[in-house]
Amino acid sequence: MNRPVLAAMEPAAALGEAMRPGWIGALRQALLAGGVALLLFGPLSGVALQGYDFRAVPEAPWLLAAAVFCGRLLYLLGAETILGAALLRRLTLPPVTRVSSPGRDRRRRLLAWGIFAAAVIGPFLLFNPWYQHPNLNYLLKVAILTLIYVLLGLGLNIVVGLAGLLDLGYVAFYAVGAYAYALGHQYWGLSFWEAIPLGAALAGMAGVALAFPVLRMHGDYLAIVTLGFGEIIRLILNNWLAFTGGPNGVRAPHPTFFGLEFARVGKEGALTFHEYLGLPYSPVHRYFYIYLALMAVTGALAVTAIRLKQMPIGRAWEALREDEIACRSLGINHVMVKLSAFGLGAMAGGIGGVFFAGSQGFVSPTSFTFIESAHILAIVVLGGMGSITGVTAAAAALTILPELLRNFSDYRMLIFGLVMVVMMIWRPGGFSTPQRRGYPVEPGHVPA
Amino acid sequence: MDRNRVSNHTTAPLPMDLHIAAQQLINGWVLGSVYGLIAVGYTMVYGIIGMINFAHGEVYMLSAYLTAIALALLAALGVSSAGWVIVLVLALTVLFTALWGWAIERVAYRPLRAANRLAPLISAIGVSLALQNYVRLAQGARSQGVPALLDGTLRLGDGENFVQITHQQILIVVVAFASMALLAWVVQRTALGRACRATQQDPLMAQLLGVDVDRIIAVVFALGAGMAAVAGTLVTLNYGSFDFSIGFVTGIKAFTAAVLGGIGSLPGAMLGGILLGLAESLFSGFVNTDYKDVFAFSVLILTLVFRPSGLLGRPEVEKV
Repeated sequence: MNRPVLAAMEPAAALGEAMRPGWIGALRQALLAGGVALLLFGPLSGVALQGYDFRAVPEAPWLLAAAVFCGRLLYLLGAETILGAALLRRLTLPPVTRVSSPGRDRRRRLLAWGIFAAAVIGPFLLFNPWYQHPNLNYLLKVAILTLIYVLLGLGLNIVVGLAGLLDLGYVAFYAVGAYAYALGHQYWGLSFWEAIPLGAALAGMAGVALAFPVLRMHGDYLAIVTLGFGEIIRLILNNWLAFTGGPNGVRAPHPTFFGLEFARVGKEGALTFHEYLGLPYSPVHRYFYIYLALMAVTGALAVTAIRLKQMPIGRAWEALREDEIACRSLGINHVMVKLSAFGLGAMAGGIGGVFFAGSQGFVSPTSFTFIESAHILAIVVLGGMGSITGVTAAAAALTILPELLRNFSDYRMLIFGLVMVVMMIWRPGGFSTPQRRGYPVEPGHVPA
Repeated sequence: MDRNRVSNHTTAPLPMDLHIAAQQLINGWVLGSVYGLIAVGYTMVYGIIGMINFAHGEVYMLSAYLTAIALALLAALGVSSAGWVIVLVLALTVLFTALWGWAIERVAYRPLRAANRLAPLISAIGVSLALQNYVRLAQGARSQGVPALLDGTLRLGDGENFVQITHQQILIVVVAFASMALLAWVVQRTALGRACRATQQDPLMAQLLGVDVDRIIAVVFALGAGMAAVAGTLVTLNYGSFDFSIGFVTGIKAFTAAVLGGIGSLPGAMLGGILLGLAESLFSGFVNTDYKDVFAFSVLILTLVFRPSGLLGRPEVEKV
């Protein structure tokens, strides 16, 4: 195989003259980078196509090239200074796995429960008989979206982060969940709550069905096959007009509270939530309810994920990620390990899909493109491939930041892409430090 | 469902089916040559560093834009002879796209050669997202077009039963095979090609014998991008319309072609491309147009499941 040989050759080249070019060398390299950037961006940015004609934008390539030149120069010169070199070393050193002491573990758990409680109680402070935040509806929608991404991130984290199986078609399971609810409602009148186990089961089965053919593949091939699978699901949803409604999508009603609708006036005179409780009608109730339900489900999934990671199955996932051949030679059944990772990850995706459908009230194939898979993958990559806290934080950051920076929403995917490249170069393990749980030695036991 | 097509098909007499089949075979051959050209980029990169260059489809997309830009600039400069325009556009597009291929390797993949298998792939996805959105921002999200340069048609047969080949399609097939032949000559007969093959077989040994492995890898990326640019130019001149998202589906299909032919094998890429093009055309002509992409992706999955080494590739053995 080529890879190990290349890997062995690389460090000398990387740490040689490239890292310490000196002042003149840095200037020369930066000029080269700027010049190449000018050639690259020149036609594409400098000539804006308009019909068969064009409009010249002469300043754009120069600006981009200047940015590349300055960036490269600052990077190289920064690496020359003591501070910069130290910073770079700190940034690029592979993080050391830290074993947490049992006491620290308890503190972390307390902190996690604290955050959870705050997330549950918080909205009540903004919405109660005495104070009602004017924009709560919007805030809750963003929070719901964040939680859905946390759910999806945790699910994909099992497959990519823990088991090391790069799944580029994860959005397929999300779609299966969403359509399980929408179509289940349309054809069999399923309610939201009935759809959750159904969506999870269908998505889990789809995950296992996908995992069977790909058992022998790894790395790149697996990624491409899952990508193809995701696209196939989307294309079927898009083209099977008679069953899925095609590009027009399907309506998916909002969830009900034990059969009570969240509407101003109930369907066919039925009692609604606010009438039953004698509250004044507010559109916030519905999102509040979805938020709390989603919070419970996400919390349960996070606890499950943490537990699974410490159980034999979770250890087998991580071992498989590190070295499949060693794993199999030690008697780990790689078939079951892979199937369970795909199945469980897909189930989380399915549940996320049901919630997505229920909170949007509508599903269509445009929500399930490859970009969505890439978004979820970005969450897992930024969160640090396997770290549950990291994934949660990354999901929140990647959902809330774009909301705050709405003016820059055009640049969102561009920045995602660049960040993915830079992360892989500097910190392939993500921003968080991997943690292992420490276990106290009990009297009477001899540590192995 | 496409009712029209189904009823047409069931009532059509056999001779008509035959000429439709012949027409679809021609279209498929043209499509397949394009897939083959793009597949070369996947297969060469995989052969030399064992990674799937996920951003290769975007390189193809860039070449479509570069073609349109070159056409617009040449028109502004007053070059009007169709022959010269085609030659110049092809040359410029190949040159600039190859530079993009080289730059992508240099920035996003070279620093990751020592990393684990997932890192370059995720980096490639990042490159792919960044390029798509860069082009969307620079050129707008709407679909772009170029004017037709050649519009002649060869028609064989008479009355209702005919088969037609446009001059554009002939150009595609001829240029595709000429550039494949050129590439084969470079790889088999020149010093550069010998260095490429040596690096593919054993990079460490090649380096010990004085081959600049880093340079060769960069050259392979540039060559692959150049071939994709030939495809991008030909397709753009033929269909005339493109947007920033065309790289994705075309990229997966070309990758399918590379896998079908046996990844790492140059003749395999061309063979896989032609086979996939033919199969896809026949499928969309006789079964269903809406599901032709599903068909192509299924071919990919089935090949990887049942014959991962493809038709002409060597099986990969993993050692500890």
